[in-house]
Amino acid sequence: MSGPAVLRHQEEPVSTIPAASNTEAAPVAPAHGPPSFGALALRWYRVNKRRLMATLIGALSLLAFLIVWHLLTKYRVVFFVRFTNVPSPLAVYESFTKASHDPKFMMHILLSCRRIFIGFSLAALIGVPLGLVMGRFKLIHQVVFPIAEVLRPIPAIAWVPMAIMLWPTNEQSIVFITFLGSFFPILVNTLHGMSLVDPVLVRAAQCLGARERSIFREVYFPASLPHIFTGLTVGMGVAWVSLIAAEMISGQYGIGYFTWEAYSLVQYADIALGMIAIGILGLGSSVLIRGAGQLVMPWRSK
Amino acid sequence: MSQIELRPPKGHIEVSDFALSYETLEGPVEAVSNTRISVRPGEFVSIVGPSGCGKSTLLNAVAGFLKPTTGTVKVDDEEVNGPSAERGMVFQQYSLFPWKTVRENVEFGLKMRGMPSSQRERAARTLLGLAGLEAFEKHYPERLSGGMKQRVGIVRALATGPKVLLLDEPFGALDAQTRVIMQQILTNLWQRLKISVLFVTHDIDEAIFLSDRVYCMTARPGSIKAEIPIPLERPRQQSMMMSSEFLALRRGLMSLIREESLKAMGGEINDSAMQGLSIDLHGHSLAEIL
Repeated sequence: MSGPAVLRHQEEPVSTIPAASNTEAAPVAPAHGPPSFGALALRWYRVNKRRLMATLIGALSLLAFLIVWHLLTKYRVVFFVRFTNVPSPLAVYESFTKASHDPKFMMHILLSCRRIFIGFSLAALIGVPLGLVMGRFKLIHQVVFPIAEVLRPIPAIAWVPMAIMLWPTNEQSIVFITFLGSFFPILVNTLHGMSLVDPVLVRAAQCLGARERSIFREVYFPASLPHIFTGLTVGMGVAWVSLIAAEMISGQYGIGYFTWEAYSLVQYADIALGMIAIGILGLGSSVLIRGAGQLVMPWRSK
Repeated sequence: MSQIELRPPKGHIEVSDFALSYETLEGPVEAVSNTRISVRPGEFVSIVGPSGCGKSTLLNAVAGFLKPTTGTVKVDDEEVNGPSAERGMVFQQYSLFPWKTVRENVEFGLKMRGMPSSQRERAARTLLGLAGLEAFEKHYPERLSGGMKQRVGIVRALATGPKVLLLDEPFGALDAQTRVIMQQILTNLWQRLKISVLFVTHDIDEAIFLSDRVYCMTARPGSIKAEIPIPLERPRQQSMMMSSEFLALRRGLMSLIREESLKAMGGEINDSAMQGLSIDLHGHSLAEIL
């Protein structure tokens, strides 16, 4: 936590008026004596007041959501929407405690995660380099872009029959659909990032003796990173959408299949459990990507 | 730094019969026409002119980003053929790499040259010390003020020991007080490194205060309207800006540029006698001559 001591340094007109030597040290953070624990805690509270409030409001809002859900199902409200068969939060919690001891449920989750991991990684490993190269070399862009534009609007779910024909196993076709879902957002955002690279930065690098290869590595790539990570975040979201759809249609395992199966077997609480599991997995994977982004781009964290 | 100072004076810029035009649908549009300028080794030369007169175009051609349509750009008798680390450049928009710390920015040119990292680190620290920035070596540019960013920009351009330093309105985005300090810092560095400087600005005071010579350009298509030596003694002090000599130079340059600015705006005032005028003061003030 950066305390108030590390403020943004202002231009200091006095200390750098260059007389004989202008090597005088720039201003350093003012030195405080060791503050007491109480004072520290108070300062921490002041600095983080807004964030604390936001967290509190968020928690209260989630709690309110659970209460409304509980009331709607308890009184089996029918008002345009029917809550007659919707499981209550408590029923879902019960089925969660049961499922958490059930190795089959864990296997569904692990299998889905594996499919996401493989499909998404392939999409990133192909999409990012392809986008970078397309952004740099016009000819490659001109060759690849029309194909990408035609294929891009096709939703991954529409690929299910084709995927089943293309790939020998069910598993492969599901991974393929996950791959397709995340591939295009990653490619398009990388391309977008490349198109926004400030040409002045490229010039600056050239003036410092950088050649094509170094410019690619030292300028184009880091400059595109923020957009690449936008692409990865969006791609991860679409990967889950595509995976769940594919699992519901052609799967035998996986959390999407679990949710669909629960409906077929009239296990209403399991439907909600599956949905919540999907939500948490999706949230977790996007948190992972955001964390990776902050690691890779330290200059962007405040 | 001593290696740089011991080298024989270099950095002779020679631009002759220079013209540059762009192709458009309506035919070629001339940005700069029939221009000849030179910068002697170790000289500080500024180019002033109304906005859009092509002074930045000229500078970009010296940097190697633009090719002249006709004429030649030579540095030390070698024709300029693309950008190189021999001609350091400082941009108005700072153009620091946001993903590199202050020190990594300064090290960049040395890294491109293949210098090992411990050596680069030492060199960068020395240079940052000259600009009073050693305390900020680990900061990312985003956290610096405009003046500090531009100091990093200048130091970065100097790190590779270029023969000439090209500056494209480097202080245009800074507030008045910071600008004055930056001018002092630049003068100091220039005197220490004995490097040739070509400085583009629209600020007349800045041009006079810094330069040995000032070229004034005409409105588009730009060409040299006048070449004005600045005989003010060095080191220059802030107080000189109030001297009658300075003010006379200022008045002269002002009227030259005002004329061109009006022309650029489509004004009617046109004194053809001024065209191509070259003023040599011989100890007189410009006001007497005009």
